[in-house]
Amino acid sequence: MTTTTKPARPAAASRGRRPAAGALALRQGRLEITQFLRSRESVVFTMGFPIIMILIFASIFGGTIGGGVKFTQYFITGMIATGLMTVSFQNLGIWIPIERDRGVLKRYRGTPMPKWVWFAGKVIMVVAIGIAETALLLAVAVALFDLDLPGTAGKWLTFGWVAVLGVTACTLCGIAISSLARTARSGSAVVTPVALVLQFISGVFFVFTDLPTWMQQVAALFPLKWMCQGLRSVFLPESFGAQEPGGSFELGRVALVLALWCVIGVVLCLTTFRWTTKRDG
Amino acid sequence: MSETSGREVPAVVHIAIPRGTGTARSGRTLDGMDDELAISVRGLRKAYGDNVAVAGVDLDVRRGEVFALLGPNGAGKTTTVEILEGYRRRDAGEVSVLGTDPAQPDADWRSRVGIVLQGTGEFDELTVAEVIRHFSGFYPDADDPDKVIERVGLAGKAKARTHTLSGGQKRRLDVALGIIGRPELLFLDEPTTGFDPEARREFWELISDLAAAGTTIVLTTHYLDEAEALADRVGVIADGRLVEVAAPNRLGNRQEALATVSWRTPDGTLESAQSATPTALVADLAARYGGEVPGLTVTRPTLEDVYLTMIGHAR
Repeated sequence: MTTTTKPARPAAASRGRRPAAGALALRQGRLEITQFLRSRESVVFTMGFPIIMILIFASIFGGTIGGGVKFTQYFITGMIATGLMTVSFQNLGIWIPIERDRGVLKRYRGTPMPKWVWFAGKVIMVVAIGIAETALLLAVAVALFDLDLPGTAGKWLTFGWVAVLGVTACTLCGIAISSLARTARSGSAVVTPVALVLQFISGVFFVFTDLPTWMQQVAALFPLKWMCQGLRSVFLPESFGAQEPGGSFELGRVALVLALWCVIGVVLCLTTFRWTTKRDG
Repeated sequence: MSETSGREVPAVVHIAIPRGTGTARSGRTLDGMDDELAISVRGLRKAYGDNVAVAGVDLDVRRGEVFALLGPNGAGKTTTVEILEGYRRRDAGEVSVLGTDPAQPDADWRSRVGIVLQGTGEFDELTVAEVIRHFSGFYPDADDPDKVIERVGLAGKAKARTHTLSGGQKRRLDVALGIIGRPELLFLDEPTTGFDPEARREFWELISDLAAAGTTIVLTTHYLDEAEALADRVGVIADGRLVEVAAPNRLGNRQEALATVSWRTPDGTLESAQSATPTALVADLAARYGGEVPGLTVTRPTLEDVYLTMIGHAR
C-alpha cells in the first residue's frame, strides 16, 4: 500500500470557521425560551404563581399598613422577589435534573459547543422570563390594586440592580442545587421545600418585622430576605426604612450579601456541576 | 505501508474510499500513527470501585474502517466507547482518537467526532427540524439540516415534536445529530436495540452509506448479524477483555475450523466425524455406501457458535 491510497480527510483548515460564540449563546437562549414557553406547566406555575398570590393577598388584605400605605404596596415587593426566585432558582433547580436525567446535557457535551454557552442560554432564558413575569405582575397590580410605581429614576435604578443581583445569585444557586437531585423527579423535592421555607421566613407572606427575631436572623443569611428589603426601598416611602430591623433599608448591605451569594453560587457551580447522572459515570 | 508509521499494522489492510465532500490534506502530520489509525488504544483499564469494567484492552481502528465491538451486556463495551468519546476518565492506558487524547477533548476534536449514545437525550418540546438545525450551529462545517433529515428517513416527521416519535424514529434523530457535523469518526452505541427487523435493515443501509463515504465507524452491538453485516472487523469483548479481533468470517478461525460430517449407518444410528478434509470423507462415504449417503450433513461452526464459545471461555 502506498501513501497515495490513504483516505483523504478534510484538513482542519478546510473546515468552515468556528461559529461565533456570542451568536451561539443567543441561539441557545432562544432555544431555551422556546422550550420554556412550550412547556405549559412551566409557564403556568412559574409565570402565574406570583400573579395568583398577589390576587389572593390583595383581595384578603385590602387595608393599609399605616402611614396611608396600602398593603399591596408592601406585598408587591415580596411577590416580585418570589417571582424572580421562581424563574431562576426553582425553575433551574427542577429542570436541570430532568435534562440531565434525559441525557440532554450529555448530548451537549458531545458537541463542540463551548460549555459556557449552555449556561449563557439558561441565563438568557431566566432574564427574559423574569422581565416578562415582573412586568406582568406590575401591570396586574397597577390595574387591579392601584399600585404606585416608583416615581424617581433613582428608585428604578435600585429596582434594576437589586433584581439583577438577586436573579444572578438565585440562578447560580439553582444551577448548583440541581446537582443535589439524583433523578429527574427529585429536583422539585429538593428545591420546593427550600424555596417555601425561604419565602415564609423572608417576609414574602408576612410583614418581615412581625416575624420572630431568630427567624429574621436565619432569613438574613439567605438572598431572598435581602431582595425583598431592597425592593421595599423602591416601593415604600423613605420613612419606612426606620421600621427595618437595621433601622434603614441598608442598600449597601443588600448589595454585599447578594454579591456574596453570587460568589458562593459560582464556586458551587464550578465545583459540583455534573453533566451526567451518577450512574452514568 | 506508510514508512513513517513505525508500527506494525495487521496484515488485513482496509482501503477506505475517500470522502467525496472533503478535500485532501496537503501536508502530513508529524505523528505517523495519526495517518493510518483513527483510534489507538494500549492497556486501557477502568474500574468502578471493585468492579473492573475494562481490564487491559489493546485496540487499533484504521481510518475508513467499520469496527464492531461485540459482547454481552456488562462486558465493558459502553465503558470502552465512552472513554474513547471523552465522556469517562480511564484509570490506566494510552488512548489516541484522531490523534488526540480524548481525556482532553477540545472543540476542534469534538467537531470531528460524531456520537450516538446508548440512551437518547430527548428535547420533548422541540420539533425534529428545530433540534437538528440547532445542533448544526455548533459545527464549523455542518451538513445541511434538511438533507440530513432526509438521509435518516425523517423527512415526513421534520415538523413533529420529538416526543411523538417512535423508538426507531428517535434513534434516527440520534443518528442525525451524530452526523450533522460531518464527522470523520462516528461512534454508535447499540444503535438498533429495540428495532424491528425492517427498521434494522434500513438502518444498516444508512450506516453502509456513511462508511462508503469514508466515515470511520465504531459501533457496539450484541447482535451477531449486525456485526457480520456491517463490520470490516469485529472485536469480541467479554469481562472487560478483548478476546479476539478479526474479520467476521475469520472470527475464531471459523474458516479453518474442522467441519462436522454426520450420516446415518445402516442400522439407523447417527455417526459423525470432525474433518479438515470433509470432501474426501464424503467421497469415501459415497464409495462405501455405493452412492447416496443416508442423512448426510456437513456443517461448520456458525458465527454464533464461535461467539458463544469465546464469551464462554472468558468466564
